Amino acid sequence: MTMQDTIPRAALSRRALLKGTGALVVGFHLAGPLGQALAQAGSAAAKPVTLDQVDTFLSIDGRGLVTIYSGKVDLGTGVQSALAQMIADELDVPDARVTVIQGDTALTPDQGPTYGSLSLQNGGVQIRQAAATARDALLTEAAKRLGVAKADLAVVDGAIGPRAGGPTVTYAELIGGRRFDLKLDPAAPTKKPADYKLVGRAMARRDVPDKILGRFTYMQDFRVPGMLHGRVVHPPALGARLEAVDEGSIKGIPGIVQVVRQGNFLGVVASNEWAAIRGARDLKTTWSKSETLPDQARLWEHVRATKVVKDDVTSNVGDAAAAMRGEGRKLAASYDFAIHTHGSIGPSCAIAEFKDGKLTSWSASQATHNLRKQLAQMLAMPQEAVHCLYVEGSGCYGRNGHEDAAADAALLARAVGRPVRVQWSRADEHGWDPKGPPTLIDLRANLDSSGGVAAWESEFFIPQGAAGNVALVAADLAGLPNATAIAPGGIHQNSAIPYKFPNVRTVCHRLETTPFKPSWIRTPGRMQNTYANECFLDELAAAAGIDPLEYRLKYLDPADTRGIEVLDRLAKLARWEKRPSPQKAGNGAVLKGRGITYCKYELVRTYVGAVAEVEVERATGVIRVTRFYVVHDCGQIINPDGVKAQIEGNVFQTVSRTLKEELTFDRGMVTSLDWGSYPILTFPEIPELVMELIDRPAEKPWGAGEPTAAVVPSAISNAVFDATGVRLRSVPYTPAKVKAALQSA
Amino acid sequence: MAISKSLDVNGRTVSIDIDDPDMPLLYALRDNLALHGPRFGCGLGQCGACTVHVDGVAMRSCIVPLSAVAPGQKIVTLEGLGTPEKPHPVQAAFIAEQAAQCGYCINGMVMESAAFLARTKGPSEADIKAALANNLCRCGTHAAILRAVKRAAAA
Repeated sequence: MTMQDTIPRAALSRRALLKGTGALVVGFHLAGPLGQALAQAGSAAAKPVTLDQVDTFLSIDGRGLVTIYSGKVDLGTGVQSALAQMIADELDVPDARVTVIQGDTALTPDQGPTYGSLSLQNGGVQIRQAAATARDALLTEAAKRLGVAKADLAVVDGAIGPRAGGPTVTYAELIGGRRFDLKLDPAAPTKKPADYKLVGRAMARRDVPDKILGRFTYMQDFRVPGMLHGRVVHPPALGARLEAVDEGSIKGIPGIVQVVRQGNFLGVVASNEWAAIRGARDLKTTWSKSETLPDQARLWEHVRATKVVKDDVTSNVGDAAAAMRGEGRKLAASYDFAIHTHGSIGPSCAIAEFKDGKLTSWSASQATHNLRKQLAQMLAMPQEAVHCLYVEGSGCYGRNGHEDAAADAALLARAVGRPVRVQWSRADEHGWDPKGPPTLIDLRANLDSSGGVAAWESEFFIPQGAAGNVALVAADLAGLPNATAIAPGGIHQNSAIPYKFPNVRTVCHRLETTPFKPSWIRTPGRMQNTYANECFLDELAAAAGIDPLEYRLKYLDPADTRGIEVLDRLAKLARWEKRPSPQKAGNGAVLKGRGITYCKYELVRTYVGAVAEVEVERATGVIRVTRFYVVHDCGQIINPDGVKAQIEGNVFQTVSRTLKEELTFDRGMVTSLDWGSYPILTFPEIPELVMELIDRPAEKPWGAGEPTAAVVPSAISNAVFDATGVRLRSVPYTPAKVKAALQSA
Repeated sequence: MAISKSLDVNGRTVSIDIDDPDMPLLYALRDNLALHGPRFGCGLGQCGACTVHVDGVAMRSCIVPLSAVAPGQKIVTLEGLGTPEKPHPVQAAFIAEQAAQCGYCINGMVMESAAFLARTKGPSEADIKAALANNLCRCGTHAAILRAVKRAAAA
């Protein structure tokens, strides 16, 4: 509302851009005032997308409007606004003059999928370096034009002139509408922290007004001409074979265009959405019986019995095995963390169109460059014939079903020869998005006579694989080429610990399989592993009779002053009362406690400390997280409002996951197929959130999208222990589980 | 056979052709009338993303069959609540508080809050939380939404 009123934001409409590259190429032919030596004449050749070129990342048109091309996409986190803020500042142009193109395989570089809290840390920093390179070249050229030493020039709103005043030359005059043809210079000088005008300031997000006024076009809203509506009919059980389809069963529904079957892939295409929904609902099918899943009641036995294909030793200090055998007080505990679904509020959606042997795919994929490869593989097409465009959808929190909907749409569109939009149902999303895998962790420690940690050993039972391409549901069902390895994300991260014990061994037993196709869900592995580590550390502090904050500080590397500062500030923010846990439990119906926890993300970046305050209702087992304190250091903050929103999101979403969420299933299929059977946090259940951001303008900007989530489950468990003396070691902490734990204590 | 149905949407009377008189209102608004405010979230009335006002009452359009919409009933969607030039006070408050992350649930949050505040003066925080208890948000925007509704209530 504040900053976008006077200057045109976009050289081209978003709609034109979404329709393909044809419109955009025009941007490079715009005959703005022509610069001289710096730029070569624009050509009809495709815009570069390689990571070593300035033109890959940004262009400036004849009106001085800046377009940045980002491989990282805005998943509803506001990162698009933050990128614009960063680049506007680096170039010294008004923020409103910057447009962001995201996730278009024809236009944007492959900067990796949008995951891992890396959009600004890696993606933004890369574009900033391109902007710094461009700025430096523009200054060099301006110095020649103006006959002024480069060092004496300054940039104000995209116009370069002598600091002392005098004639100026604009970016538009120097480069407008043409290529830089410059290699990205990793050494090009970026602004000094003191010179930032926009970075570090709270700025309103550019997408928010439209979202609140009903004027935003989500993927779920996007339409193309001549488009049909498709729905998939998923099998009733994983691995079930389609034995028969009675197409006549839906002949009476007006608008049905075609029933598409390919192997076990089944879809209904119709001229309108409601007909497609009715067709998919009413189509009579016969499937084989399939029971591939373990008994949920014995899930953890199943995980423990799954074949280990390799061990990843993630840290090994001293001789933990020998130290465990030594004298001392031995402690051991096992922690488990349930299977979770992404739970996007808007189920996945995509559109595909085949034209002249080429596929155009619109989706909310967080990795359009990878999706392009996957669709090409599935359809046996050259990658060059597949164009994937990102259209922002409902938040995904990782690799949910967006890519699968894109594959569905591609198969249906190919079959019917028209563009097809596929909208997954709620049950499709809850049932068929890939899942956060079940995680089981064993921990052991040996305490010396003073309560110090002589040895720490941990074993994580987690599926094999890393980040990668998650197999497409449609390709699996249709028997088409597909990714074969499982890809749960970097779930070994944070299995090693930030504490300096003399003997440590942490090992990840990588399991051959996991019951559901896994993928990453916000803070994959880091959440589960930090939960177990920080709870068990709390167990050791309690066994030693030492305040849990003091215990942590005792073992942090004294050289890691940023981590120590986070905890020191947290103690002040939360008015931490120094005493061991648990407190002397009263006899009241409601018991209160507080728990502390700490994480250094992946042991190399963002620091987070948290304190949870909880109330436990003894009779029912209901936990209320009443207040949650966070201190957060992610280095240079681009937009503090953005960081705060991310922290809030991390806390509320993870309180939900910790207290409530658990996928349920029978031997054939997921049974938690709606919000009734997979409840998430509601308004009356949210904690009060108190946070403090540490801004370090001279440091690198690190990610904020995930780290806070890592500390939530342990903070709550530790607080419940403080309140009740009972240790919760199984997420989610549902009332039934808590009540049982209280009664058996 | 297509049948014609007349609806009063955002102050305009429109006629749409439908095949099924029991098609949920949501699809008429989104597909026949190309509105973007009400969103498909669950189709079960559980999440609130599809909320619209029918005669001022917040309703889940994904489970309201068109046959249940009587002639003359006034339907208002997020687009009809306010405009960029003159946003509804609840919309203005949500924008001021930046109360959206992905924003997919926000239609329901705004529509539910607007209907709630129209009948409730000076609500407490607990009242607001109770009013929004059946509107789900996955991004964790709850605190910002609460701030926005409080701001609108005070406006």
